[in-house]
Amino acid sequence: MSRARTGPRIPAPLLIPAALGVAFLVLPLVGLLVRAPWSSVAEQLAAPGVGQALRLSIVSATLATLLSLVLGVPLAWVLARSRIRGRSVLRALVTVPLVLPPVVGGVALFLVLGRQGIVGGWLDDTFGITIPFTTAAVVIAETFVAMPFLVVSVEGALRAADARFEDVAATLGADRWTTFRRVTLPMVAPGVAAGAVLCWARALGEFGATITFAGNFPGTTQTMPLAVYLALQRDPEAAIVLSLVLLAVSLATLLLLRDRWLGRAVP
Amino acid sequence: MRTCPLLVLLAGSVVLAGCGGADASDQGADAGPGGTLTVFAAASLTDVFEDFGEQLEEEYPGLDVQISFAGSTALAGQLEQGAPADVFASADEAQMSRLEDAGLVDDADVFARNPLMLAVPVENPRGIVLPEGAAGIPSLTELITADMTVAVCAPEVPCGAAAAEVLDAAGLTDAPDTYEDDVRAVLTKVQLGEVDAGLVYVSDVRSAGDSILAYAFSESSRAINSYPVGVLTDAPNPEAARAFVDLVLSDAGQQALADAGFQPPS
Repeated sequence: MSRARTGPRIPAPLLIPAALGVAFLVLPLVGLLVRAPWSSVAEQLAAPGVGQALRLSIVSATLATLLSLVLGVPLAWVLARSRIRGRSVLRALVTVPLVLPPVVGGVALFLVLGRQGIVGGWLDDTFGITIPFTTAAVVIAETFVAMPFLVVSVEGALRAADARFEDVAATLGADRWTTFRRVTLPMVAPGVAAGAVLCWARALGEFGATITFAGNFPGTTQTMPLAVYLALQRDPEAAIVLSLVLLAVSLATLLLLRDRWLGRAVP
Repeated sequence: MRTCPLLVLLAGSVVLAGCGGADASDQGADAGPGGTLTVFAAASLTDVFEDFGEQLEEEYPGLDVQISFAGSTALAGQLEQGAPADVFASADEAQMSRLEDAGLVDDADVFARNPLMLAVPVENPRGIVLPEGAAGIPSLTELITADMTVAVCAPEVPCGAAAAEVLDAAGLTDAPDTYEDDVRAVLTKVQLGEVDAGLVYVSDVRSAGDSILAYAFSESSRAINSYPVGVLTDAPNPEAARAFVDLVLSDAGQQALADAGFQPPS
């Protein structure tokens, strides 16, 4: 803050669009607060289904983040450190869900993991397991959409990290797995944390792939964004209250983790 | 730095271009309906209303018909929030009266009715068979079993309100496994074979053709949705809106709706 005040004056052609940008991003959130039916907030929050949807959202977003960490961190390492062929093609493929409309992702998941899908059909025939319309489907849909955020951010951290530390570890006799565990991972921990937060937030807000692939059933697959969407049709006030809850959860996460971990990522 | 004024200029020209577009749509108002006609219609009307739009565009070459199909409840909500539209066609009277109460529609005419049917994937995964020797139409309880995956519309939208009534009448309120946000989403999940059965309108069964099987059931008479259509009071293009509603209510329009599986208003 203090540096901005003593630094060079912001040129007008930058200042005006920047101010408009801030207004554009912040005003809708202010609108949510202004239009909120504060007198009936408690009553709306106590409505059956709200706690259920919130709990389901938090649980499924957390599971999706854990799954993304387990799969995404190794994937990011492969993209950043290995010298396998077609790495840039691989990176492009992995980041497709970032730009893909989530509904398309949901349809694609159906075609692979649905009851008639390539893998899902086999699961159904062999084990009698069906994925769509279950909480597992919610987690899968959220992971599909959110994992690329983690991969991109961890890969960035890995590229920025000094690979010479890893070389030194290798000359001291550490094998590659030990080097990854003891040197690389601690070095990029802030990047992994930032990626995990981004991933969690994206998973929490997931709508399109979830409603397409997992359906909408209270307690099983109806996450907060789905509840907000349907409440908007029936009772806009309820939708505003539900939105406030999501906003509060998102802000709390950002603030909490910013102090805990992210602060260290920016020296 | 030097590119900054250029960016501002670019931004300005986009705004100007936007204004130009608005002027253009006002032209041609003298020679019959022209400009753009915006219709908000229930998802179940997709096929018929697309045909109506094309017919009207052929009749009035200056006219461009834009139709937004979605769950009636979502559309009514958008209209309440000030979405610019000329015509609203709802899949039940509740959503239309919501707009009439808000003074957004003056009067609406019921133009069709649409009962529910049970749609089943062509593979018939649960081997539903009509009860042997049953006189007339079976009950929903004879078609749906407890272990089936069933899709219905969310109770917020008209097809879901009707589905809730028929399930209640059949004592099957626990049957649904997913509440979809419009009837076409239910139909899609049946067509993909991802659910064992879904409650959709007769008109959806007709439009789906051979891609699904369908069963009529006795409880459907408990909740037959009536479809009203009305011109918005502040329609930007009232002349074209009137022409569209007249087409829907005309003999030809009623015939097209009957062909699509809709029943005439009672």
